Amino acid sequence: MLFSNPVQWAWGVVLFWLALGFAALLLQDAQQLLSRLVFPLGALGALAIAGVGVAGMTGPVSTAVLPIGLPDLPFHLRLDALSAFFMVLLGGAAFGVSVYASGYFRSMAAGPLALLALWYHLFLAGMVTVLLADDAYAFMVAWEVMALSSYFLVTTDHKIPEIRRAGFLYLLIAHIGAVALLLTFGVLQGGHGDYTFDTMRVAEMTPLWASAAYLLALFGFGAKAGLVPMHVWLPEAHPAAPSPVSALMSGVMLKTAIYGLLRVTFDLLNVQIGWWGTLALALGLITALYGVIFAAVQSDMKRLLAWSSIENIGVIIAAFGLTLIFYTDGKGALAALTLTALLYHALNHAFFKGLLFVGTGSVLHATGARQMGQLGGLMRFMPWTAWLTLVGALAIAGLPPLNGFVSEWLLLQAFLLTPGLSQPYLNMVIPVAAATVALAAALAAYVMVKFYGVVFLGQPRHPALHDAHEAGWPERLGMLWLAAGCVLLGLFPAQVIGWLAPVVYLLTGQTLVNDGNWLILAPVSAERASYAPLIFFAVVAAVLLLTILWVRRIYHGRVRRSDPWDCGYPEQDARMQDSAEGFGQPIRQIFEVFMRVERETPDPFDRKPRYSGASLDKLWFVLYEPIARVTGWLSEQAGRLQHGRIQWYLIYSFATLIFLLVFTR
Amino acid sequence: MSTGILLQLAQTFLAILLAPLLMGWVNQCRAWLQGRNAPPITQPYRTLKKLFHKDAVIAHNASPLFRFAPYMIFACMALAAGIVPTIANDLPFSPAADVIALVGIFALARVFLALAAMDIGTSFGTLGARREMLVSFLAEPALLMVFFTASLISHSTELPVIVETLAHKEFVIYPSLAFAAVAFWMVSTAENARIPVDNPSTHLELTMIHEAMILEYSARHLALIEWAVALKLFTYSALGIALFLPWGIAARGDSAGAFSLAVGAILLKLMLGGAFLAFIEAISAKLRLFRAPEYLGTAFLLAVLGMLIHFLLEV
Repeated sequence: MLFSNPVQWAWGVVLFWLALGFAALLLQDAQQLLSRLVFPLGALGALAIAGVGVAGMTGPVSTAVLPIGLPDLPFHLRLDALSAFFMVLLGGAAFGVSVYASGYFRSMAAGPLALLALWYHLFLAGMVTVLLADDAYAFMVAWEVMALSSYFLVTTDHKIPEIRRAGFLYLLIAHIGAVALLLTFGVLQGGHGDYTFDTMRVAEMTPLWASAAYLLALFGFGAKAGLVPMHVWLPEAHPAAPSPVSALMSGVMLKTAIYGLLRVTFDLLNVQIGWWGTLALALGLITALYGVIFAAVQSDMKRLLAWSSIENIGVIIAAFGLTLIFYTDGKGALAALTLTALLYHALNHAFFKGLLFVGTGSVLHATGARQMGQLGGLMRFMPWTAWLTLVGALAIAGLPPLNGFVSEWLLLQAFLLTPGLSQPYLNMVIPVAAATVALAAALAAYVMVKFYGVVFLGQPRHPALHDAHEAGWPERLGMLWLAAGCVLLGLFPAQVIGWLAPVVYLLTGQTLVNDGNWLILAPVSAERASYAPLIFFAVVAAVLLLTILWVRRIYHGRVRRSDPWDCGYPEQDARMQDSAEGFGQPIRQIFEVFMRVERETPDPFDRKPRYSGASLDKLWFVLYEPIARVTGWLSEQAGRLQHGRIQWYLIYSFATLIFLLVFTR
Repeated sequence: MSTGILLQLAQTFLAILLAPLLMGWVNQCRAWLQGRNAPPITQPYRTLKKLFHKDAVIAHNASPLFRFAPYMIFACMALAAGIVPTIANDLPFSPAADVIALVGIFALARVFLALAAMDIGTSFGTLGARREMLVSFLAEPALLMVFFTASLISHSTELPVIVETLAHKEFVIYPSLAFAAVAFWMVSTAENARIPVDNPSTHLELTMIHEAMILEYSARHLALIEWAVALKLFTYSALGIALFLPWGIAARGDSAGAFSLAVGAILLKLMLGGAFLAFIEAISAKLRLFRAPEYLGTAFLLAVLGMLIHFLLEV
C-alpha cells in the first residue's frame, strides 16, 4: 500500500518538497507567488515531517524499499526512533524558518528567488532522506544532495568574490568529509559487498576495523559538524548564506552529522571501545572552548553566531564522548542520562540558533549591515525582532528557565555522577572536563551579552539606523514559533525527557527515569538533583509582579526624561560606546595564544587616522595553509605531465598499455 | 506542607528585610577598621527610603529593558534567597532549583544588569558591562566547581541534602572542601563587587565595575538594584555558611527551640562573617583590572584542584 506507514508519509513529504522546488522554477516571473506561496507550502511540509517524526518516535520501526536508484540497488528507507527524533528537530526548526523565509525573500528578484526556492527545498528533502536512508548508497546520495544544494544556497550572492571563496571552502571540506564517510561504509560492510545497513548491523568486526570505521566516521561527520580542526568552513559559509539558510544549516544540517555519528557508532557498529569516547570528549571540549573564544572576538554578527555553533557542536560531541565512556563502562543508566542531554541540546540548538540567525536576518534586512560596528540601539526601532531575539540570546547563554539551561544542567549532572568509573584515569579527566564545560557555558553568556548589547542596545552607531524598519508579519511569526520552542522546551523538561525515552532506549538499552513528577525534573533521583523550571518561573514572575505592584503603591510615580548622566560628561556620542572589538578585547588579551591578531594602527600624522584589528584563527595558518601549499606543489608537479600536445598523451597511453600488459601477464 | 510554605515565605521575607542590615554592618565594621566614624547600622535602609522617594530620571533613549531590569534582578535575588537555607533546611522551594540552577539564577540577574548597562549607550555603561562579564566568566565556573566539590561529597546537587550531609553526619575533615572554601571566598568577593576585584565605594572611572553599570539608574530603580545587591551579599554569605559552617541549622519539623537556636546561630555567623569581610577589605588593596583574571583563575584552579583531590583521596 502506498502511504500506509510513517516512512512512506515522510517520503511523500520529500516528494512534495521536490515538486515544490521544481514548480518554483516554473514560476520564474511570479515573484509574489514564489515568496507568498512556495515557502509557506514548504513550511507545511516541515510541519508534516515533524508530525511524522512524533508518530515515529513511539510507533514501530517502519521500512520501505523504493524502486529508484541503480539497477539492483534500490533505496532502502527506514524510520526508527532515532530518525524520528531528528525529523522532529528538522521539521520543528524548518517550519519556523520557512515561515520566516516567506517574508524575508519578499523583495528578492524573481529569477534568483526561483532558483533559491529550488535549492532550499532540495536541501530540506536531502536532509530528510539522510535521516531515512537505510543503505549506504541512499545515504551518500542524500548526503551529497544536501551538501550540493546547500553549496548553491551559500553562494546565492555569487557575484561577490568572498562568497564564492566561502562556498568553495565549504564544498571542499564537505567532500573531504564525504570521502571519509564513503570509506567508513566501505569498512562497515565488512567484505560482504552488501551496503544495506541491515547487513552492517550484523557484520562481525575486529576491534581494529571497528576503530578504523569509527575514526573515519568521526572525521567525516566531524567535518560536517564543524569539529576542530575541520571547523574553518563554518565561519565563512554561515555569514555568506542568506539568513534563513544559515539558520537551517546551523540549526539542522549540523545535526544530521550528529545523527550520522550516533547511527554509525551505536547502531551500525556492534562493538564500542572506551577510548573512542575519551577521544570524542577531548575533541568536543576543545571545539567548545575554541568556538566560544573566537565567538567572543568576532565583529560580524553572523560570524559570531557561526562560531557559537561550533561551540554548541563541541558540547554535543563532548556529551557524545561521555555517553560512549559510560556505555562501554557498563553504566547504562548514566549513558542514558548523557544521551538525553545530547539529544536535548541538539533540539535546543536547532531552535535558538535558528531564532538568532533569522533575527540577524531581520537586522540585515532592515539596516543592510552585518558588521556590529555599524549597528546599535535597534531595540527602539525593531522591538519585535529585539525582544524575540532576546529570548534566543538568553536561551543560548544557558540561563534558566529557558531551554539552553536544561541540557547544560543535564550534562553537568552527568559529570557529577562519574565517580565509580572503572578507569581511574577517567576519574581524573572528568573534573577537568566538567570545568571546561562550565567555562564554555560562562563564556557563552559573555558572547551573548556582547552580541545583544552591541546590536540591539545602546545608541545607533550609524545615522541611517533611525530609519530601520521592523520585520514584517511572516518574519515575526517565524521568530515567534522558534522563540516559543525555546520557552516551552525550557519549561517542560520532564515531558520532553519522557518523550525522548524511546530514542535513548534504542541506543543505550536503558531509559532515563524521571524521579520527580510532571513539574519537577529529577533525572537520577529526587535526592540527587532536581530542577523545576515552572516553579522557578512562577516564583520569579510572582516576585516580579509583587515588587512592581508594591513599588507602584509606595512610589509617587514621577518620571523625568533627560540626557544620560555618564558621570557628568557632556559630550557623548555613539562612538564612545564599546565597539564589538572593544567588548571582546579582554577575551582577546587572555586567549591571544590561539589567535593571530592583525592590527592596523594609525600614524600620528595621518590626516584621517584609521584603526582596525582582526583576530584570525591561528589554525588556518598553522594547519591549512601548509596543506594548501603542499597540495599546490604536488599539483604543479603533476601538471608537468600536461603539455597539451596530442603526441604526448598518445605516448602516455601507449606506455600505460605496455606496462599493464607486462604487469598482468 | 502549609507550615513548610509558611516557613519558606518567612525565611524569604526575613532575608529580604535583613539583607540591608548585613550591608550596614559590613560598612560599619569597615569604617571602624579604617578609623572613620561609622554610619549607623541602619544607614542602608535610610538610603533605600530616600531613593524610593526621589523622582526617577531616565535617559531619553532608554528602552523598556532598562526599566524592567531592576525588577528582574530583584526577583532573581529574592528567589535565590528563598532557595539557600538560612534558618531551616529542606523547604518547599528547594526542589525548584539545585546548586547549578542557583548559579543560573545569579547569571540571569547578571546578564540583565549587563544588558541594562549597555542600553543607554554611554561609555561607562558598556565598560562596566564588559568588565562585569569578564569577571563573571571566570567566577561562574569557579563557583560551579566549588558546588561540584560539595555535591561530590554528598552525592547530590540539592542544597538541603548537601547541608544535611555536612551538618549532621559525623565530623570528617574533607581536604577538598578546604580548597573549595578558599575558592568560594575568592569568588564571592568578585561576584559581590568587593575588594580586591571591585570596590563598592568607588566612583573612579578607571576602576569601577559594578558602579559603572548602574550609573544611569536613579530613584526606585536604583533602590531596587541596591537592595538586590544587599540581598546578593546576604545570599552568598548564607550560602558560604550553609556549605562550610552548616552547624546549628534547623530542619523542617524541628521544635520551636531548634528554630530560635537556628536564628541565633545564623545571626552570629553572619555578624562574624561580615566583620571578617570588612577586615579583609581593610587590609587588602584593589587589584588592577587585568590582574583580576589571574585572581579568578587562581580561584578556578583551586576549585578544580578541590575536585581532583576529592577524586584522589576521598572516593
